[in-house]
Amino acid sequence: MKALKISLSALAVASAFIAGPAFAGKTLEAIKSRGQLVCGVNTGLAGFSQADSQGNWTGLDVDVCRAMAAAILGDGGKVKWVPLTAQQRFTALQSGEIDILSRNTTWTLTRDASLGLHFIGTTYYDGQGFMVPVKSKVKSAKSMKGASVCVQSGTTTEKNLTDYSRANKLDLKPIVFEKQEAATGAYFSGRCVAFTTDASGLASIRNKDAKDPKEHVILPELISKEPLGPAVRRGDDEFYAIAKWVWFGLLEAEEYGINQANVDQMKTSQDPVVMRVLGTSEDTGKLLGLDKDWMVRVIKTTGNYGEIFERNVGAKTPLALPRGLNNLWNKGGLQYAPPIR
Amino acid sequence: MADGEATRKNRGPSPPPRARVWSWRSQAFRGLVFQVVAVALIAFGLWYLAHNTLANMQARGIQSGFDFMKQPAGFDIGESLISYDALDPYWKAFLVGIANTLRVAIVGVIVATLLGAAIGIGRFSRNAIVRGICYAYVEFFRNVPVLIQLLMWYLLFIDWLPPMLDAASLAGLFYVSKAGFSFPVPVWTHAYALAGIGLLIGVGAAWAYRGWAMRRFEETGHVRSLLLAPLGIVVAFGVLGWLVGGAPTAWSIPKPEGFVMEGGASATPEFLAVLLGLVFYTAAFISEVVRAGIASVAHGQVEAAGSLGLSRTHAMRLVILPQALRVIIPPLTNQYLNLTKNSSLAVAIGYPDVVSIANTALNQTGRAVECIAIIMLVYLTTSLSTSVVMNWYNRRAAIKER
Repeated sequence: MKALKISLSALAVASAFIAGPAFAGKTLEAIKSRGQLVCGVNTGLAGFSQADSQGNWTGLDVDVCRAMAAAILGDGGKVKWVPLTAQQRFTALQSGEIDILSRNTTWTLTRDASLGLHFIGTTYYDGQGFMVPVKSKVKSAKSMKGASVCVQSGTTTEKNLTDYSRANKLDLKPIVFEKQEAATGAYFSGRCVAFTTDASGLASIRNKDAKDPKEHVILPELISKEPLGPAVRRGDDEFYAIAKWVWFGLLEAEEYGINQANVDQMKTSQDPVVMRVLGTSEDTGKLLGLDKDWMVRVIKTTGNYGEIFERNVGAKTPLALPRGLNNLWNKGGLQYAPPIR
Repeated sequence: MADGEATRKNRGPSPPPRARVWSWRSQAFRGLVFQVVAVALIAFGLWYLAHNTLANMQARGIQSGFDFMKQPAGFDIGESLISYDALDPYWKAFLVGIANTLRVAIVGVIVATLLGAAIGIGRFSRNAIVRGICYAYVEFFRNVPVLIQLLMWYLLFIDWLPPMLDAASLAGLFYVSKAGFSFPVPVWTHAYALAGIGLLIGVGAAWAYRGWAMRRFEETGHVRSLLLAPLGIVVAFGVLGWLVGGAPTAWSIPKPEGFVMEGGASATPEFLAVLLGLVFYTAAFISEVVRAGIASVAHGQVEAAGSLGLSRTHAMRLVILPQALRVIIPPLTNQYLNLTKNSSLAVAIGYPDVVSIANTALNQTGRAVECIAIIMLVYLTTSLSTSVVMNWYNRRAAIKER
């Protein structure tokens, strides 16, 4: 496994060596001529990106890519999924192996400024937390002085853990695993007092990997801001704009009540905002290099952001994550899209 | 090739060298041209790769360079031989990783050599059970992939040992739990530094004594102990250093305090799993190397040793092993290199070796090419150093042709 991983990352590095000269403004044409959007996703994170036994991918991150494919190619199924580990993800995007990286990736200054990519927005506002076994009787992260904490490498989590440990003089000992399965495995067998990652990830792991999810509790402290979002390669402003506006479109659709079920009826709506979003008055798609039905197809494929959220991670799913910060701005959350006009 | 050399040799003294002719008909000229072309091609290839990489990275807005090494690393490391703080720069974090890699590699090489030699010799035992056990050992540990073995040890530790909050204790001195193995250590004072110096002097003295004893043996035939007496000398000097330092007797004893062990020293399950996995795997190969070396010594040597009245142990130590070493050392070097390089698998079970640190650094800074280059450089340097030492040893053990 390890050897494979090394060779894969070596391959990714090597591909940076031999790839041809940089191209600009060509991503959209490349996607159209290939007939497929190539989307980098997590190798398996319940609720965000997960493949079933037939190879069908589902999840919040997955739906974002599906929406893009629907807008660009007219069919949300025309996506090639590339599962990536935390270490591989940026190289895969930089080297052109994928068109868009939709893999619960935290938007930070270092990544935005030095990795040759642009984040298009925040599809999930998250924060890093701790999970501990109920029987450890730990009630607060601040009572874990000297404890060993299992963590997956290649993420922002290690640094957050260190910052928190220093700020509270906890002297936490990170045990760093390359693969998430190894990190969670060590935690569940009791090597570490706690496991740490983004709170959404904790819920997902507790639900999927714990023998009995009730035996583990997620501590109340969130120790960092983790705005998770998709990213595209730098140097192609047109594609960057498309990716951004498909995402904003999902939020606009929710705000104006357009959903998967009513999108066809809404086409006859006389609300000027709805008419612009669905292209029945102005051709908003043309400005992006798409056609006027782009948002109709997106909504038909994935539904609006609220539907995507509820379907993958919401209250009725095993993860049962509260909408919280991810609610629309006018419902007490942070999700706010610039207007489509 | 061999034939050609033989005929060339048979020709007797070679003709006087002819004057060099710089034409295609001259072998020397052609050779030179080919070599220059080959070097130029390789240099061009390397330049092209480097140039293309840099150009592509620049075009995509990816920053490059090693300047990040001076920035604070910002992440903690679970276990470290040298003092390290999260605010230390990246190069220090790398140093911690390299130290952890070397710790596993050096301890691993020593233990694997001892175990491998014992098992290799055990394959020649007259006792069928010992032979069988050694055979079974080799066949099992050689044929299971080393990564699986690492995982096996690790799972054994973290699944079977008691949780750290109720660690199993032996006489209140030793503790075993999922957090590792804790044991008492002497409280460090300058006396132990003196003892260390004493040990070093002792080794020198023992070496001198050995040389003297060998000479006396050759002159007079009087046999002196070549094992116990030198060992005694080393220990005596060590104890002397400790006594000079004031003979401190304070021990630091581990004591569980919540989630931490206060005092003592401990080995984490990650370190133990990596160490055991690498040692047991490599020892299987080393034992085969040793066995091959011993088997390569002609049987007549054993009989000759027997007819001189040497015991089996003496025959092994004085006659067979010195000859076997010549066959053993080169493949043994390979095994040492393999063990060192296989230690990079440690990242799978959470041991913070240099690969693990580089992975984290890579992800925080995005300097993939630089971090992978550092990993390659570390392993290259370690392997080449090992080779240099082992080649020196090989020349020492080789047949001296005079």
